[in-house]
Order: sequence, then structure tokens, then C-alpha cells
Amino acid sequence: MMLTLLILVPIVAGIISFLAKENAKGIALVSSLATLGLAAYISAASNAQPIDWSMQWIPRLGAQISLHADGMSAMLCLLTGIVMPVIFISNWNKEVENTGSFYGLMLLAQAGITGVFLAHDALLFYFFWELALIPVYFLCSRWGGEKRIAVTFKFFVYTFLGSLLMLAALIYLSLQTSGVNAYSWENIVRAGSSLDPATQQWLFVLIFVAFAIKMPIFPFHTWQPDTYEQSPTAVTVVLSALMVKMGLFGVVNWLLPVVPQGVAFWSDTVIVLSIIGIVYASLIAIVQTDLKRLIAYSSIAHMGLMSAAAFAQTNVGMHGLMVQMFNHGINITGMWLIVSMIEQRWGTRDMTKLGGMASSAPQMAIALVIISLANIALPLTNGFIGEFMLFNGLFSSPSAYRITYMVVAGLGVILGAVYTLNMVQKTAYGNAVEMKVQKDLTGNEYAGLAIIIAIIIFLGVYPKPLLDMTAGVANMMIP
Amino acid sequence: MTNLVYLVPLFPLIGFLINGLGWRKIPKAAGGIIGSVAILASFAVSLGIFFEVKSTGASTVVHLFDFIQSGTLYIPFSFQVDALSSLFLLIITGIGFLIHVYSTSYMHEDEGMVKYFAYLNLFVFSMLLLVLGANYLIMFIGWEGVGLCSYLLIGFWFKNRDYTNAAKKAFVMNRIGDLGFLVGMLLILFNYGTLSYQEFFGQLNGGQVQLSANMYNWIAICLFIGAMGKSAQIPLYTWLPDAMAGPTPVSALIHAATMVTAGIYMIARSSALYNLAPAALNLVAIIGLATAILAASIAIRQYDIKKVLAYSTVSQLGFMFLALGVGAYTTAVFHVMTHAFFKALLFLGSGSVIHAMGGEQDIRKMGGLNKHMKITGITFLIGCLAISGIPGFSGFFSKDEILASVYAHSPVMYYMALGAALMTAFYMFRLYFLTFTGSFRGTEEQHHHLHESPAAITIPLIVLAILSVVGGYVGLPPVISEHHTLNTYLGSVLSNFNVHHLEHSTEWILMGLSTGLVIAMIIVARVATKNPKFAENTGLAKVLENKWYVDELYDAVIVRPLGVLADVLDRFAEKMGVDGVVNGTGRLVRWSSDRVRLLQTGQVGFYIFVMVIGIAVIFALRFFGLNY
Repeated sequence: MMLTLLILVPIVAGIISFLAKENAKGIALVSSLATLGLAAYISAASNAQPIDWSMQWIPRLGAQISLHADGMSAMLCLLTGIVMPVIFISNWNKEVENTGSFYGLMLLAQAGITGVFLAHDALLFYFFWELALIPVYFLCSRWGGEKRIAVTFKFFVYTFLGSLLMLAALIYLSLQTSGVNAYSWENIVRAGSSLDPATQQWLFVLIFVAFAIKMPIFPFHTWQPDTYEQSPTAVTVVLSALMVKMGLFGVVNWLLPVVPQGVAFWSDTVIVLSIIGIVYASLIAIVQTDLKRLIAYSSIAHMGLMSAAAFAQTNVGMHGLMVQMFNHGINITGMWLIVSMIEQRWGTRDMTKLGGMASSAPQMAIALVIISLANIALPLTNGFIGEFMLFNGLFSSPSAYRITYMVVAGLGVILGAVYTLNMVQKTAYGNAVEMKVQKDLTGNEYAGLAIIIAIIIFLGVYPKPLLDMTAGVANMMIP
Repeated sequence: MTNLVYLVPLFPLIGFLINGLGWRKIPKAAGGIIGSVAILASFAVSLGIFFEVKSTGASTVVHLFDFIQSGTLYIPFSFQVDALSSLFLLIITGIGFLIHVYSTSYMHEDEGMVKYFAYLNLFVFSMLLLVLGANYLIMFIGWEGVGLCSYLLIGFWFKNRDYTNAAKKAFVMNRIGDLGFLVGMLLILFNYGTLSYQEFFGQLNGGQVQLSANMYNWIAICLFIGAMGKSAQIPLYTWLPDAMAGPTPVSALIHAATMVTAGIYMIARSSALYNLAPAALNLVAIIGLATAILAASIAIRQYDIKKVLAYSTVSQLGFMFLALGVGAYTTAVFHVMTHAFFKALLFLGSGSVIHAMGGEQDIRKMGGLNKHMKITGITFLIGCLAISGIPGFSGFFSKDEILASVYAHSPVMYYMALGAALMTAFYMFRLYFLTFTGSFRGTEEQHHHLHESPAAITIPLIVLAILSVVGGYVGLPPVISEHHTLNTYLGSVLSNFNVHHLEHSTEWILMGLSTGLVIAMIIVARVATKNPKFAENTGLAKVLENKWYVDELYDAVIVRPLGVLADVLDRFAEKMGVDGVVNGTGRLVRWSSDRVRLLQTGQVGFYIFVMVIGIAVIFALRFFGLNY
């Protein structure tokens, strides 16, 4: 029942928001805090044993409304539970046109994303997958930047085409089951993993493309920098902190166990693509001048490492992936919050026109530096734990090229320092550039960043809670 | 006492938190006192630990909490208390405290003084983690932590773009090394399933896991790449001279006495591994020797007082690696210690000079400062005598020990190292004579301003000068005394590898030779600086003044091509290649949609698009569903 509430609360609050208009902010905040509480409860409760809940949905198709929270799902719900209120808190003073619809759509997106993380039925998974996409599409196209129409079109076509391929594969898989609860996770896994290798190989491609676009990994990534750049920042946070995790979650939950032979066949290819993506995106990040594009490419590089480790199929890499999904979500949220504050105060995201934040808004500069350090995985920030485990996983993979993988992926560590410190230097250091709004952090901005920074440092020093929470899942994934 | 070891890094951490969180409200003087007291407290605990380890000779692992645990991967947050770490604790907190005291005066006019002390405490905290960690991962935490503090302090005056560039360069070059360290750690973890020193060295010595000699060498070389970055060795040394952009006490503490010796600590700590990796040891020796010579040659033609000292540091670090490379681990640690004394002294002395000169760092504009600042002048002279290796001063003992071990290893390397030592004597005394003797060459205004620094500056100078004299007597050469206090102390942790002992007669000859030549070099320096004329350098001198054009080389071979590649990727591959294909597809879809009039511009069109596809899907589902 808790699981359904986690989805229903944002849906109901979202609908009320549409009607409430100006009060929507408050409703959104209350709803998101409620889901945070629920997510925390579920995280604690699912630690001992996964929580399940199900009811009939479309019996004729064998589809159920079946929800399942294990360590990974609970962790991702908790991430969602933390990120949403942080967005609402830091946006508190920001004027948005059509407040009601904006917050309503944000909450619907949250419901969709949560559903993806909890769905234990393939059709339900697909349903939520699309449900998450549609509100985000409207958010981008109504509240986005100048080029939003063209960009959201690209984003939409891209991800939608991927989803269709996945749907075809899932339908095919359901046809291979006995027909009773044909879409349940267990039956899909059983059906998929007993198919002959050749079938698994092409099914892999169909499913993988959807997830690869969502993550995104090279060369399926080109929608991302444009979309991040054009979306309003609150939506960019949802996209980058939460929605990209849908891709990774999909890989771990709906790809690796479903078509193991396909994975065995394709994993080297995917790892190579992911690692190319790390270096490629890092290099491109170096020459970006727009803060949003820089962070977008930085995120592609980070996702590349996570995806490579996911396909390296080692326990430690998988465990690192769990940890890093959470940490990446927290860190990139912090990044976007700062970018939005910069844009508000200086009226630009162009780094060549910025500078001197350390003298004009020192608190903000300190936050920027700490979050940047987490972004380059400095030890004692949360980013380091995950990155170390991911590298460890990649390095201990059974592949013959593991050392090459590790070293090339490791170049990202160096290049990451280059672009991140460039960004810090150009925005925070140097002589102060005049601000449009003369002020350092406001109370609500301070609160939002303080939450992020507290998590960064706490998990960097003492990662045990997060590791314990996801240990069971990581060990179960790889036989 | 040993179980209180957590207090050692805790005090600086508390100092950092107080100053770091209250940097806008805490008065400057209070910030300085908080910072200094924190270090003094951890120095007191370190002393207790040192004497306990000295009397018991014990090596203890103190477990604090579980850091990372995943399946078989287990990395605790724990500290190793033994002879090696306790000696480093004393150096770090002892010299650290003196430099904090010095900073209370040196930085008192700077508006960011509280922030400065916060950074400085954070640095000491990280450095303590580095040497206290009981496994490579904790060392790595400290390792990157000191790199961060170095970055923050080099760019302390952040309005100056050159300074922040230097900070960035230091961080990135260190990261290159860190990647080597990381790969080395993963190799150890993969082969031995542990990063703990105790377990890893235990398995190495016990021979439970036999690897090919090649693998030992690879692990050792990867770790050494990390050391190259942190300890500024060829090819990753160019960041250190640029790091002089930071405040001078920072140069003394981080870029001379402590952080840059982390690489030596790491290899000494891993001596059990290096003993199995002869090829790696050879590489360490060659890199160390080459760095010692190259950096010394550059120092000969530098005019910035801090740049001379910076290249001198690079060169002295090279000597330490040379010692490690010939298997004389304790000797390297000995030189770390004496170098920490005299190089901190020299840097702080240069700070005192720069202070008196109103910020001027060019020695061409100095001269005759002895008359105005006696204490600084005399202590600086002591530092010069110590680093040059004049008998009786600390540097003599440690450098002589290095040279003797190198001679036993290979006479050719000995002569090359002796050459570097002679250059050292020359550039140091060139610096001394140009700065402190002769007549003043600066402006009238600067001349007027010259004064001795206050007590907070001169007292640390005096203490360090005393240490620069007596610090060497813990390691008397065998021809004088059979008892080597430091070797005995470190003996429980470090076993020197393959070090041959020389005949006493040979050792006397070598000692006499180097002393005679060093004195000759000092006389040459005196003559060369008698009537200084600073014409434009030509030929080799110009090449040396321009640091062998290594920065320019890196720029042309690495930095710029990488920038061009990134630019090409961004403009062509990304916008026209990958994205071009996608946009082409998109246009095709839009075009065909236009044809069938399903899609108009704007959101409504897309919405219908969604609906239609959705309906199609539902039909498909029905179809499949009914078939069952």
C-alpha cells in the first residue's frame, strides 16, 4: 500500500495543482515532502526484505499492477524523494507563468518516474516510462528557451522511437510466456533467458536502444545537451538527476537479467561505446562556454562510466553503480541549482561573461566549489566512493581488455578536472563582474544547497548506509 | 597514547571547521590563534606517540570505522602507527606549527586571513591522513586532499588569472599522477584482494600470491607515476615552480617541507613491493637523478627568489628519489627530514625578504640586505650552508649518505649526482650573495622601507635554523659512528635493499672530494656575484633562464593539440556528424508527417502524434491479447 501511495500522492497533488493555480507551489512542496517521508520509510522497510504489492490490471493481456521495492528501487525512490523538494524549495521565490500547470506537470512527472522504479510488470513499466515522458515534454515545450520547439521535438522523437522498440521487444517476450501474468518481471525474465542466443541478441538491441537513449550513451546522446540547455532549470534537474536513472535502472532490471546471452554477446561493444563516450564528452565539455552545455557533457561522461561498469558485470561494479546513481543525482542537482542562481543574478550562462563570484557572492562560490569537487569525485565527497567502485568493477571484469578499458576510462578523471576547474575559474575567480541582482544566497537557496552539500559530505565520509541499502541487490544481480 | 592517534588529525579538522564556517565573523587575530593552537595540540599528541613508538618499537593499526564494504571488498578507515608514520607526524605538525605562527604575522594584512588558516588546517588534516592511513585508499584520500588544499592556496589570491591558472595546472598535473596511483591500487586489489599495508606486505613477504616479476614492476611503476605528480618529478614537475604564486608560507609548508615529499613517503612505505621490482627501482633512480640535474641547472639562471627555491626543491626531491631508487629508503626519509628543516627555513627567509622589499621577488633588485635584516640574513645563510652540504650542517649528513649509497650502486651515477650537488651549492650561494651582500639595487623607496621582520616571523626562522644545524646528528655516517639513530628507529618498518657499505677509506675520500668541491663552488659563486651585471642572457644561459622551454614544449605537444581536437569534435563530429544524422532523421520524420498532414507545427501537432501512435499501440496490444 505504501508503494501505491508513493505514486498516488504526486498524481493527486498534481491534479489539485492544476486547479489551485497560484497556491500550487505549496501543494507541490507538501506533496514532495510527503513522498520523501514515504520513500524514507520504504527504504528502511525494504532493507530486510523487498516489498511487493499487486492487483489485476488488464487480465486479458496478462498485465498486472504489480509494484516491487528492493534496495535499488527504494534507493531511486529516495533520490526522487530528496530531489523534488529540493527543486521546489530552491525555486520558491521564482516566478513561473501558469504556476498551476507547471507544478502539476512536475508532480505528474514525479509519479511517472517513481512508477518506473517500482513497476514489476513489463507493461506497467512501459506505461510509466511514457507517463514520465509526456509531462516533461510539455514542460520543456511551454516553459523552455528560444529554441524549445525544435529541441523538444528532437528529444521527443528520439526517446519515443526508442520506447517503441522496447515495447515491441516486451510484447514479443510476453508471447513466450505461458500467458498467465505474461508481463510479470519473473515471467519475462524466465521467458527471455531461456530463448536461444540468436534471439536474445536481437532482442537485446531492441531493448537496449531505449535505455541507451535515455541514459544517454554515445552516440545516442545528442538530444541531451540541447534539451538541457533549452529546458527550464527545474525540468533539467528532473531530466538529469532522475530520468537518466530510468535508463540505467532499465538496464539493470529489464535488460541484464532478461537476455543474458544477448548481454554476453554485446557487452564488449557497449562498454567500448560507453568509454568512447567518456573521453568524447569530456573533450567536448572542455570547449563549452555555456554552463548548461558543459554540465550536460559532463553528465554524459559520468553516465558513460556507469554504463560501462553495468556491462562489466561484477558485483563491486554493480554495487558502485547503485551508489553512483544516487550520488550523480544529488551532485548534478546541486550543479543545476547553482547554474540557475547564476543565470538569475548575472543574466547569462556564458562563462566568458562571468567571473568573480568568490568576491561578489562568496557563499554561492563555496557551494559551487564543493559541488564541483564532488563532480570530479574528490575523496571524502560522495562521488569518490562510487567512482572508485565503478573503476574497480570495470577493472575486475572478465573481459580481456579490462586494463585498456580502465585506463581509457580513467582519462575521464583527468579531463574532468580540466573542464570542472575551468568552470570554477571562469565563474568564481577573477575580477567581479557586475550582477543584475546584488545578493548572495537567499534563505531558501541556502537551504536547498545545504541539503545537497550535507549529503555530499556525509556519504563521502560515511557511505555505509547507502552501501548497506543496496548491497543485497548488487549481490543478487550477478550470480 | 597510540589509541589517541585519531586526535592528531582531529584537531586540525576542528580548526578547519571553526575557521571555515565562521570565516566572516571570526576576527583575523582569533583565526590565526585557532589555526595555530589546533596544530600545536596535534604536535603535542604526535610527540607522545613518537616517544611511545620509539620505546616499544610497535607497529599498530588503529581501526576507526568501516569505510567501504562490498562483498569481498573491505576497506576500513584505519590508521597505521609505526616508526615511519610517527616520524612524519612530527615533521608535519612541528614544521606546520612554526609556519602557522609565521603566517599570523605574514598574512595579518590580508582580508582573507581566516579563510587562509582554514585552508592551512585542512591541508595539515589531509597530510596527516596521507601518512597515517593504514591502507592505500586512506593514503589516496589524503593524497588528493593535499592536492585540493594546494590548489586552493596557490589560487588564494583568486582575482589574478595567472595565479588561478597556476592552481589549475597544479591540480591537473597531479591528477595525471593520481590516475597512475589509482591504477596501481586497482592492480593490488585485483591481485591481492586488499589495500591494507599489513595484509598486502604480509602476502608479499610470505609469498602466498606469486606474481610475475613484470607485474610487480607494473604495480610499482603505477604507484611511482602518482609520486611523480605529487613530488614534482620529470615529466610532471612543471607545476611546482608555478605554484609559487601562493603565499610564501604555503610554499614553505606545502611546496617544500611536506606535501611534495608524499611521493617519497609512498615509495618508502611500499618498500616491500619495490624490493621485488628491480626495474621499477631503476626507473625511480634514473628519473630522480635526471630531475635533480635538470632542476638544478634551471635554478642557476633564475632571478625570482622563490623560483630559485622552487627549482631547488624539485632538484632535492630528485635526490630523494635517487636514494629510493638505489634501495636506500631510510636515507631518503633522512633527507626528507633535513630538507624539511632547511627548505622551510629558506622559504620563510625569502618570505621575510619579500615582506621587507614590499612584495618584490626579483633578486636583481635586491642586495646588501644583511645590514637591514640580520636575523633573516644569518638564518638564511645557515639554510644555504645546510643545503649545500657543508660538514656539520644537517644537509651534509643526509646528502653524504645519499651520495655514498649511489657510489656503491654505480660510480657513474655518483659523479652525475655530485654534479647536481655542486650546482646546488652554486645557485644557493649565488642567491645568498645577490640578496644579502653587496649594495642595494632596488628603488630608494624600497631601501627606505627595509626592516627586520617581527618576532612571529623571526622566531620560527631561528628554530628552523637550529634544526637545520642539529637535525643531521641523528644520522652520523659510519666512519664517525657505528650508531645511526634514525636507521635504528626506522629499522622496524624499512629494510634497505641491496645497499652495499663502502670501505671507510673510500668514504673519507668521497666526503673530502665533495666538501672540497662544494667550497670551491661557493667561491666561484662569490666571484661571479661580486659586481653583478644583468645583461640579457644568450646561448645556454638563455635556455636555462627559460627552463629548457619545457612548458612551451608541453603546450605545443599536449595542451594545444588537445584543445584543437576538442574543438574539432565539438564543431564537426558533434554538430555535423552525430547530431547531423539525428537531425536529418528528424527532418525526414517532420517532412513525411507534413505530407500526411498529421503533424502541424507547435505542440498540438506533437500531441496528436503521440495520440496516434498510442492508439496504434493499443490496437496492437488488443490484437496480440485476443490471439490468446
